[in-house]
Amino acid sequence: MNKVLKEIRTSALSALWMMILTFPIIVIKVNTINMTVNWRWINLMWVGTGTFILSWLWRYLLDRKENGSGLKKTDTKESRRFSLHKSLNDKKMRIPVLSTLAVLVLVLPLLVNFYQVSIMTSALIFVILGLGLNIVIGYGGLLHLGYAAFYAMGAYSYGLMYLYWGIPFWVALPLGAVSGAVFGLLIGFPVLRLRGDYLAIVTLAFGEIARLVLENLSGFTKGPEGIAQIPRPGFITKLSLQGATIYLFYICIALVLFTIFVMRRIEDSRIGRALEAMSEDDIAAQSMGIDLTKAKLTTFALGAIWAGMAGVLLAAKTTYINPGSFTLMESVMILVAVVLGGTGSIPGVILGAFLVTLIPEYFRALSDYRMLMFGVALVVMSIFRPQGIIPRVRKHYIVGEDQS
Amino acid sequence: MLKVDNIHTYYGNIQALKGISLEVNKGEIICLIGANGAGKSTTLMSISGIEPPRSGTVILEGIDITGMPPHKIVTMGMSQVPEGRRIFPQLTVLENLDMGAYLRTDKEEMKRDLEYVFELFPILSQRRHQIGGTLSGGEQQMLAISRALMAKPRILLLDEPSLGLAPLIVQQIFGIIVRINKEQGTTIFLVEQNANMALKIADRGYVLQNGIIVKTDTSSALMADEEVKNAYLGV
Ligand SMILES: Nc1ncnc2c1ncn2[C@@H]1O[C@H](COP(=O)(O)OP(=O)(O)OP(=O)(O)O)[C@@H](O)[C@H]1O
Ligand SMILES: [Mg+2]
Repeated sequence: MNKVLKEIRTSALSALWMMILTFPIIVIKVNTINMTVNWRWINLMWVGTGTFILSWLWRYLLDRKENGSGLKKTDTKESRRFSLHKSLNDKKMRIPVLSTLAVLVLVLPLLVNFYQVSIMTSALIFVILGLGLNIVIGYGGLLHLGYAAFYAMGAYSYGLMYLYWGIPFWVALPLGAVSGAVFGLLIGFPVLRLRGDYLAIVTLAFGEIARLVLENLSGFTKGPEGIAQIPRPGFITKLSLQGATIYLFYICIALVLFTIFVMRRIEDSRIGRALEAMSEDDIAAQSMGIDLTKAKLTTFALGAIWAGMAGVLLAAKTTYINPGSFTLMESVMILVAVVLGGTGSIPGVILGAFLVTLIPEYFRALSDYRMLMFGVALVVMSIFRPQGIIPRVRKHYIVGEDQS
Repeated sequence: MLKVDNIHTYYGNIQALKGISLEVNKGEIICLIGANGAGKSTTLMSISGIEPPRSGTVILEGIDITGMPPHKIVTMGMSQVPEGRRIFPQLTVLENLDMGAYLRTDKEEMKRDLEYVFELFPILSQRRHQIGGTLSGGEQQMLAISRALMAKPRILLLDEPSLGLAPLIVQQIFGIIVRINKEQGTTIFLVEQNANMALKIADRGYVLQNGIIVKTDTSSALMADEEVKNAYLGV
C-alpha cells in the first residue's frame, strides 16, 4: 500500500513538473490579430494525465529490468534474440533463409512500385554508410561525428568530375571511394592524438567545416545551389527513369553484399585485431607493438571509403546534390543507425539503417518529429538495451595450440 | 643492456623527471623504488616510448631508442607490463596472450611460449577461454605478465606488479619473475612501491624521489641503509 502511495506521489510530481514546464506552449495561445489570449486549459489536463501514466510505466519497466531474475536472464535473452539473425547462425537454416531473402530482394522491384524501389535504394545507401561508420565507431572505438563530410566527399567527387570532365558513374564509383579515403586520412592526421569526447568535438567541427567549404567555394562547387543533372548509371545505353532506378537498386544490393563481405574479412583480420585492441585499451595496444598512428589512420580511411561510395550512389540516385544534404543532422542519423542497431554488429547496423530511413518514409506524419523520436528511442535503448537491438556477438578467435 | 642517460620528461609544463640516469646489465633484476608520484611509472613509460623524454637518451643494446615510437621499441626486444595491468577486458585469456605475440610470425615458437606461460601460471591455462575482464586481480596480473612474455622480450619492464594484491599472491608472482629471469635469461626492470619485496629479489636498486635518483646500490646495501629503511621499508 505504502509503495503504491509512493508511486502515485512520484508520478504526480513528474506530471506537475511537466505541466509547469509545458504551460507556456501548451496552454497559452496568443491570437495576434484579435489581441486576445486563448487559454487552452484542457491541454494541461492531457499533459498531466499523459505524463502521470508514462512516468508510472517508465518506472515499472525500469523496476522489471532491475529485478529481472539473474537465472532467467540467459534464456530470455536467447529466445528474444532477433529471429532472422538466429536462423542465419543456424547452419541448417542458413541456405533456405538466405535464398528466400535473395529471391525476395531480386523480385522486389517487380512486385512493388517504382517509388518503393527508390525508398529501398535510399535505405541501402544508408546501410553502406552505417557499416562504414561502424568500422570507425564499432571496431576502432573512435567516436566520429563528422561522417557526413566523407559522404559529401564521395557525392561531390562524382558531381564535380561529371561537371568538369564528364566522368561516368562506373569510373566515379572507385574514384569516390579513393577520394573518401584520402579525405579520411587528411582528417585522421590532425586528430591522431585525440580520443573520446575531444575526438568527437573535433570531428564534428571538421564535418561542419567541410560543408561550409562546399557552400562557400561557389566558383568551384556551385555553392549552395548545388550540382544538378548528374546522370544516373546507364546500362549499355541510357535507361529510362524507371529502369535506371531499378538498376541502381541492384547496384546498391551488390555493394551492400560486397560491404558485408569486406566487414567480415576485417573482423577476422590482423587489422581487425589491432583495431579491437586499440578500442579496448590504447596504451596496452601500443605496448603489444601495435602502431597506433597506423591503426587510427587505417580506421578513418577504411570508414571513409564506404562513405565515399555511398556518396557517389546518392549523387547518382538523386541526380542533384548540394551541401544541405550533408549537415550534422546526416552524421547524427548515421550514428543513430549504428547505435540503435548495435554498435559493432553487422546485422544490427543493417537493421538500424533500415529503421532510421524507412520509419520516417512510411510514417510521413511522424517525419517532422523524427529527431524527437530517435532521441527518445536512444534514451530508451541506452537504459534498457545499451548494446543495441541486435548486440554484437564477439567472435572469439582461436589461437596457439587450438589453432585449426 | 639498457642505459638511460639524463632524461627529462614533462607532462605539459609539469616536469616529472629531472635528469634520470640508470643502467641495467644483461641478466640482472633491477628495481626502481619510490613513493607515490615520485615518477616511477613515468620513467618506465619514457623508456618504452609511450611518454618520450624531452631531453636525454635511452640506449637499448647499443641502439639509441630515444623518441622511437613504442611499437618499434617492442620489436627491439623490450616489452612492458603497464601499471594497473591493462589487459584487454573483452578478450579471452588466449586472445590476450595472442595480442602479446602480435608482431610475431613464428607459429611454432609461439606455441612453445604459450605452453611456457601456462606452465608458469597453470590457473591461466584453466581459464583460457574466460573473458579477461572477469578474472580476479591476481589472475589479471598474471595474464599481463604472460602477455608481455608472449612478445619474447630480452628485457621486461614491470610497473608495480604487486599493486592491490594479497601478500601471498605477491610472493607467488615475484617468485615467477625470478624464475623467468633464471630460466629465460630475461633481464628485468621492476618498478615497485613495495620496496621490501622488490629489494629481496633484485640485484641492485635505484631510489627515486621527486623525479631524481637519490640513491643507488646493491639490494642488500639498500636494505641495510638507514634512510631507505625509514622511508620505504617501514621498519
Ligand atoms: N598524464 C599525466 N599528466 C600530468 N601529470 C602526470 C601524468 N602522469 C603522471 N603525472 C605526474 O607526474 C608525476 C609522476 O607520476 P608517476 O605516475 O610517474 O608516479 P609514480 O612514481 O609511478 O607513482 P605511483 O607509485 O603512485 O604509481 C606525478 O606528480 C604525477 O602527478
Ligand atoms: Mg606509477
